Amino acid sequence: MDYFDQSVFLAASTIRLATPLVLAALAGLFAERSGVVDIGLEGKMLAAAFAAAALTAISGSHLLGLAGAIVTSMMLALVHGYATITHRGDQVVSGMAINITVAGLGPTLAEAWFGQAGRISLPPGRGRFMPIELPFAAGVRDIPIVGLVYTDIISGQNLLTYIAVLTIPLAVWVLYCTRFGLRLRAVGENPAAVDTAGISVASLRYRALLMTGLLCGIAGAYLSIAQSEGFTRDMTAGKGYLALAALIFGKWRPVPAVLACLLFAFTDALQARLQGVSLPGIGSVPTQLVQALPYVLTIILLAGFVGRAVAPRAVGKPYVKER
Amino acid sequence: MQAAAIELRAISKRFGGNVANDRVDIRIESGTIHGIVGENGAGKSTLMNILYGYLKADSGAMLVDGSEVEISQPRHAIAAGIGMVHQHFMLVEPLTVLENMLLGSEGGVTLKRGMTAARREIARIERDYGLEVDLDAVVGELAVGLQQRVEILKALYRGARTLILDEPTGVLTPQEADHLFSILRNLKMQGRSVILITHKLGEIMRVTDRVSVMRRGQMVAHLETRATSREQLAELMVGRAVLFQVAKGPARPGPEVLRVEALDLKDERGVARLKDLSFSVHAGEIVGVAGVSGNGQSELLEVLGGMRSPTRGSIAIRGKMTCWRSIREQGVAHVPEDRLRNGLVRGMKAYENAILGYHRRRDYGGFFLSIRTILSRTRDWFSRYDIRPHDVFLNATSFSGGNQQKLVMAREIEHGPVLLLIGQPTRGVDVGAIELIHRRIVELRDQGMAVLIVSVELEEIMSLADRILVMADGRISGRMPTAMADERAIGMMMADGDAVAAD
Repeated sequence: MDYFDQSVFLAASTIRLATPLVLAALAGLFAERSGVVDIGLEGKMLAAAFAAAALTAISGSHLLGLAGAIVTSMMLALVHGYATITHRGDQVVSGMAINITVAGLGPTLAEAWFGQAGRISLPPGRGRFMPIELPFAAGVRDIPIVGLVYTDIISGQNLLTYIAVLTIPLAVWVLYCTRFGLRLRAVGENPAAVDTAGISVASLRYRALLMTGLLCGIAGAYLSIAQSEGFTRDMTAGKGYLALAALIFGKWRPVPAVLACLLFAFTDALQARLQGVSLPGIGSVPTQLVQALPYVLTIILLAGFVGRAVAPRAVGKPYVKER
Repeated sequence: MQAAAIELRAISKRFGGNVANDRVDIRIESGTIHGIVGENGAGKSTLMNILYGYLKADSGAMLVDGSEVEISQPRHAIAAGIGMVHQHFMLVEPLTVLENMLLGSEGGVTLKRGMTAARREIARIERDYGLEVDLDAVVGELAVGLQQRVEILKALYRGARTLILDEPTGVLTPQEADHLFSILRNLKMQGRSVILITHKLGEIMRVTDRVSVMRRGQMVAHLETRATSREQLAELMVGRAVLFQVAKGPARPGPEVLRVEALDLKDERGVARLKDLSFSVHAGEIVGVAGVSGNGQSELLEVLGGMRSPTRGSIAIRGKMTCWRSIREQGVAHVPEDRLRNGLVRGMKAYENAILGYHRRRDYGGFFLSIRTILSRTRDWFSRYDIRPHDVFLNATSFSGGNQQKLVMAREIEHGPVLLLIGQPTRGVDVGAIELIHRRIVELRDQGMAVLIVSVELEEIMSLADRILVMADGRISGRMPTAMADERAIGMMMADGDAVAAD
């Protein structure tokens, strides 16, 4: 394969890996801009992945699986809201509790219901979101560069990836051009200002968390019934935390956060590509070292290159009226 | 009689055991500027937050234009034509002025149409009242005076016919304050009503038509501004607590212990809080600082107690310049005004609180604390200061205000300071404990300790202090030996700095 083919392959792989990250980062955006820290993105995604796989395996319908994933994730978002908005509990503790509960519950229920050693496998080739061939994809393949980009990168992704792509402008529009978005941006900065403007802080934050649940649900479904064929233990593998890191790296703004997701996904694609490859001048690099690449990059970026990340001022603080 | 714009009847509100508003009545005539004065903590802000629906009253009725309304949420108040400019602005700093205006009245699911309409409407209001602001500026980048203007504009845009301003001039320069007052007069001419909450008497005399005085949660007077004077208002605000006369002989002042020279303090916003203070306190005398609260006394204590560094000036203890780090080692003890916030650690037990700040002393064991020594000392203080309940293992918060105060006093006094700073010695303290605390302070004086007391209770200062300093607007506006002081003269001095600030 020449360099161009390799780059196309890397780009396509980056997009596939970026899809859940982008969805999760935008999910986190809604929660955190409303002032609620959501470290539970990971747990919500994992629960959604489980629900999607389970429902798809039982019903054979991946659309039903997607719906189940979204409902499950939104329910968990409501649990988080109940703990942190209604009862003003610690947001990190609540999020962590959700993550731990789901991490344990997923394989346990999978074992109890499906008896496949804590996994749920879908029948191969059926019942999941399959790549969609866009029109003319086969026809233009031979046109140099443009053809290959269209056929192998733009075409041939699955429905959920296209949804993720559409979510980006949609999230920007909601945040900056709608009433809900204005209130959201305000409530994460100064909830008292929202309260004195006659708007309920609690209901606004609940609605934001439902958005978070929705997007996490799609991200989770992507993992288990689009990217792979079924649910496995810890299949999110820290993607929720990575998405949170991307959100911070993007300073809680949608487009920079998405770019950060793409960067993380790219390093992930790169490490997969580099495994076992002998690098010129260095020789063979241990697989573990290569696999650590995205995480090392995350730490370096967050520690050094973000500059002053200005979080929404009220993030992490339960809203209590001043006397 | 024409119906009042706002009428509150028998409003009561408690926070836990604290009565913030006690059956408060007030009547705001429409087209007037009505002042509400009172010291910090008198309950003014609570009352207005109730009227605005931000807090809910425990009982009482509210009438707007003569008919009773239910206001339990800010949106009810907004609908009833009440707007409020809070002491701490309710603005979202990273958003633009226009976005802040729109918040809560966006005029549709998307923003675009609402924004266009709002621009037109706001431009009209700006013209009518002389309130120009750049609508596309980011609020956080505006000067404080402009931010306040945004708040006023916001209230008017939402249709306020009655505007409440809570301590609006605290953060303003005199010029900005003048401009604010002309805006308020303008509003009044257009038939709107203004409620102005402040503890600055000069402002009340300048702009209000009527004035109500609050003290400790109660309304103590409603007056025509024309028919009253600053001195009368100051007396009404401070009140006269019934105190026991403290039996004490004449002071025998020894050498100078504290010397303060040319002390200035500017706060984070650059507003001067202390202006050119110079005074001294000698061993064996009690100096009392009197004044309406909020005139710099708290800041003075914070600077002397090492909690804040002064902008300029010097503080010497027994002739040596202080460095705030070592203030305790130099023999300064501080009983802070807010003992629960600054004097005690809520989650810690009484015996742990009893050595706070002195825990490094050798006699407590050094690195490994000698719990036995600490316990026996604390028990001794508990019985000598009659701290109840007599259980050194209780959490600091399990004690009543008076007993907390006695615990802090015991800690600060019994570690043998040369200078004792006490803020509000008897705030929230029951009558029995007041007597004990006062007696102990006089004893310490007779043993040669230098004592500086800050109190808003004039009576307390008069009965305890040997010399009195009066503070107004961050300056010392008067000083005299107690023997030559009378309440009227002190009342004048308390109002005095305010006149300087206003002109």
